[in-house]
Order: sequence, then C-alpha cells, then structure tokens
Amino acid sequence: MSLRTPLARALNHGSARDGVGHWVVQRVTAIALAPLAIWLLVALLSLPLADYASVTGWVGAGLHPVLLALTVLIAAWHAWLGLQVVIEDYVHGFLSRTLALLCSLLLHVLVAAAGVYAVLRIALAGGA
Amino acid sequence: MAERPLSPHITVYRWAYTMTLSILHRITGVALALALLGLVAWLLSASLGADAYAALLPLLTSLPGKLLAALAAAALIYHFCNGLRHLAWDLGWGFERADARRSAALVVAVTLIGAAICIYVIFGRSAGAA
Repeated sequence: MSLRTPLARALNHGSARDGVGHWVVQRVTAIALAPLAIWLLVALLSLPLADYASVTGWVGAGLHPVLLALTVLIAAWHAWLGLQVVIEDYVHGFLSRTLALLCSLLLHVLVAAAGVYAVLRIALAGGA
Repeated sequence: MAERPLSPHITVYRWAYTMTLSILHRITGVALALALLGLVAWLLSASLGADAYAALLPLLTSLPGKLLAALAAAALIYHFCNGLRHLAWDLGWGFERADARRSAALVVAVTLIGAAICIYVIFGRSAGAA
C-alpha cells in the first residue's frame, strides 16, 4: 500500500504536454529536411566530385555553407529521433536499450558537430 | 515482468504490399543515417585538404563506392516520397485503402525513375568527368 496520492504517482511519468513532442519534432525536421535533402542530392549528382577545387569551391560558395550545415544538423536530429524509435522497438532489456539509446545520441551529436566543423572549415579557408 | 496477454502481432495479418513500403521506410531511414556518416566523412576529408580528399576519393569512385552512393540516393528518394505520404496521412489525407494503395504505387514509380536517373549519373559519368 502506498501513501502517495494518485496525482503524485502520475507526475513525472509522462506529462500530457510533452508526450507528443517527439512526434511533432520528427515531422518538423522532416519538413525542414525535404527541400534541403533534394537540393543536396541534385548538387552532389551534378558536382565533379573528383575535382578537389570545385568541391571546396562549391561548399564555400554563397549560402551553401549555411544550407549544408543546416542539412547536416537537421538530418542528424531527424535520424536520432528515428533511430530512437527503432531501438525502442527492437532492443529489449533495460541495460542494452539504454546503452543503445545513449550510443545513438552521442554518435548523432558527434556526426552533427563534425559535419558543421568540416563545412565551416572549408568555407572559412576559402574566404581567408 | 509478469507474463501479460499480448495482442497478436503483425504476423497474423494477410500480407499487403503497403506493409512492405512501411518497413522499407524504416530500413531506408536507418540506411540514410549511415549515409549521413558517409556525407560527413566526405566533408571532413575535403576540409582537411587536397591530400586527405585524394586519399578518400578512390573509395568514392570505386565500384563498391558507386554502388553505395547509388543505394543511398535511391534510399533518399524513397524515404522522401514515402515521407511525404506519411505527412499527408498526418493531415488526414489519403487514408482510404484505395488511396493508400495508389499513393504506394506512385511512391514506387517515382523511386524507380529517380533511382534510374541517379544510377545513370553516378555510373555514366565515370568515363567522362573523372
């Protein structure tokens, strides 16, 4: 028997306002990513990838660094949310699931940071 | 945890091809997370200078590299198209069985055409540009 009130037991076990947050952010990042991903795909297909100067020139040109950094950031965010659901569905057991979720989070943060760093480095080297 | 009664899972349902699209959305999503690693590796190598880029380039222009790039492009087109389908559903559009099947066929058709164009560009220009 517990002396806690039903309200106290319910609190901090998923609030009515936050539960939908994951779902909403996954859609918002999807909408943001849609034009960016198509832009990047078309750009990569038309870039002469073997030519280092044209690759770095393209990365640093105009708004490209901003769009590229946004693409990497939002893609990492969207992928993190998606993989979270996949892990929660298929990885069972508290410890392994928690570890998998933690590894996924850290990897996605690392990928996002590395991508933004690379884009900035190319863009700023070109400008200097 | 105590054994609780579970509702029958997806294996009890007759297979419908829309179910294949559903699981493909998840598979391409995971594949695209891996492709993001590739994209960032490419950007990092370019940021480290011409030598680092030249060291990575053979991976990209080799046959396995091109195959992976083509797969990633196809996965992106599929995930994009089917993602639009999901967003439409979120707005309440296209839920009827006939609509869902029509949009599924459209997604498959657009993906096949898009993938064919990507394969043509990725494998076709090896003779010319590189």
